[in-house]
Amino acid sequence: MNRGRRIPARAAAVTVSLMAVLWLVPVLGLVVTALRPADQIAASGWWRAPFATQTTTALRTAGAGVQGPGDTGFVIEGGLLSPRARLQAWGLTARAPQAHAPGDSVALSGGRALTVDAEGRYRLTAPGPFTDPRGQRIFVTTATPPRLTLDNLTRVTGAEGLGRALANTLAVAIPATALPILIAAFAAHALAGMRFAGRGLVLAAIIGLMVVPPQLALIPLLSLHNALGLGKGYGSVWLAHTGFGLPLAIFVLRSAMAAVPRDILDAARLDGASELRILWGIVLPLCLPAVAGFAALQFLWVWNDLLVATVFLGNTPGQQVLSGHLRALMGARGGEWHILAAAALVSLAVPVAVFATLQRPLRRALAAGAEPRC
Amino acid sequence: MGIWSRLAWLRPWLFLAPAAVFLIVYGGWPVAGTIWRSLHQGDDAAWVGLAHYAWLWADPGFVRALANTALWLVVVPALTTALGLMAAHLSDGLRWGGLARAAIFLPTAISFTGAAVIWKFVYDYRGGDQMQVGLLNALRVWLGAEPLAWLSLPVWNSLLLMAVLIWAQTGFAMVILHAALRAIPPQIIEAAHLDGAGPWRLFWQIRLPQIRGALAVVWTAITIMVLKVFDIVHVMTNGQWGTQVLATQVHDWLFRGVPDYGRGSAVAVVLMALVLPLMLRNLWSARARR
Repeated sequence: MNRGRRIPARAAAVTVSLMAVLWLVPVLGLVVTALRPADQIAASGWWRAPFATQTTTALRTAGAGVQGPGDTGFVIEGGLLSPRARLQAWGLTARAPQAHAPGDSVALSGGRALTVDAEGRYRLTAPGPFTDPRGQRIFVTTATPPRLTLDNLTRVTGAEGLGRALANTLAVAIPATALPILIAAFAAHALAGMRFAGRGLVLAAIIGLMVVPPQLALIPLLSLHNALGLGKGYGSVWLAHTGFGLPLAIFVLRSAMAAVPRDILDAARLDGASELRILWGIVLPLCLPAVAGFAALQFLWVWNDLLVATVFLGNTPGQQVLSGHLRALMGARGGEWHILAAAALVSLAVPVAVFATLQRPLRRALAAGAEPRC
Repeated sequence: MGIWSRLAWLRPWLFLAPAAVFLIVYGGWPVAGTIWRSLHQGDDAAWVGLAHYAWLWADPGFVRALANTALWLVVVPALTTALGLMAAHLSDGLRWGGLARAAIFLPTAISFTGAAVIWKFVYDYRGGDQMQVGLLNALRVWLGAEPLAWLSLPVWNSLLLMAVLIWAQTGFAMVILHAALRAIPPQIIEAAHLDGAGPWRLFWQIRLPQIRGALAVVWTAITIMVLKVFDIVHVMTNGQWGTQVLATQVHDWLFRGVPDYGRGSAVAVVLMALVLPLMLRNLWSARARR
């Protein structure tokens, strides 16, 4: 009986764990990259972080200027590596940069000979005096022991302007989360707790507005804000986010408020409580999970937004939000992965924390927000 | 009966007023304004009729963006819903299923810009004999193939950008479908089980029909998300190498170089027209429920 079910169960376990790993691996890549020293990031993939990195670089010996007399002719001596690094292989051509082992002695043209040891000390000998001032080119392959560091993170939060962008993002996100909740609470109470003609029509308009793409609204709203003298700025971006978030806010709160038993409201009304008191004293406290869920959703959306902030706030350092800052980093310094990864990691920290603490209300708000679409 | 009681009918509208102002200013007005702009041209706002729309169809950039958007609309909702359903259903019987679901849900918290950075480390390409530090190319080299500059390979690059959105939204699909699967009355499953239905038939013939509503929800929500997708393309390829979609076209016409509000608005209206059927369906089903 049981055997028939065990195989699908095992297949399910394998599939699900594979999916979870697949979904986490890209994030892990970011975390590890952010913690690696810059030179190692470019030298090997992040998955090699636990292992020593092999780097191959082209170096030169000292030139003819430093030659001295040797046992049988002339000698140039010196070191190629920093004290901690170990030489793994070396070579003379780009085609075979690892042709020789440390300690090998290799004959060069004109009777010259070269040897390089494991510490990177080299000895170049020749029967006659050296003439080339540039020295001999050597490819060295070194192993650097694995190392993780917080340098990148401290660097981006300090000097790279990320701290400023973080403050800007908070200055956008907190009012842009609170304002729609405040306005939606009144509207949702009217739609859920009061009876009046035209209620269905209002609700239909709100559901319709939930799907309007924000791209559409940018230019008309920007010119409106300019006409009102708001221009680009924090006020402007708060209002825009409030406007875009409001339909969902009303919908989520209305769904929750509709579940509050009507008897409670009617009893309160009979006792002479005003609608304002009913809303603030009875309905909202009962709907706190929905409020928290929408707040988390809106906060994540605002925190992660790039478009609205770019258009309504601007892109100067005093206005740039995290996502805009990241985008600028990707453009200007796309090659500097250590900066990019560290900045991205910092920008993820807040939403992931919000997400972890508010996962349950967040899931409920998602489900409630999706409901009008079924 | 005081004056307040006689004005009681006003009360709901007072409560609705602030929201109504916002919804009209930030919803209705921009829609009307965009349509108006798409029919006019230049600083003097001369009426040009449908000239912008006629021009769009001749513009290869727009046609390309429309074709790409169509591809996004087919691939992303289908794969996201399927993967979300798979994760939701298969993880349900596992003791550590909640943990796996948390891992898959995690990317929904990540911004599309952050996701773009994360996936840059997957799609990275280095020319010549350099060590490949992007995961995908390292895998190719390890298997003995040549590394590829993924993001500049047409069609492949669009699919790879879609993978980022699928990765980011599977968690959303999974959460909603998981709730729907849990809400199926256990008696139904029990009865089918007693009738001798195996897990395979149980899933396809009993569970799936029960969550049809939730599947439609997820599909629609992801479709709307796809139509709005802007950040991923904008940040990862900037619409180069044939990856532009309608949303990035709107942005480019409006904000890049010399803005052309007429054409930009016309593209935006096309985008809105694509959303319209979904909007009408929402309205229809909301009315059906009341």
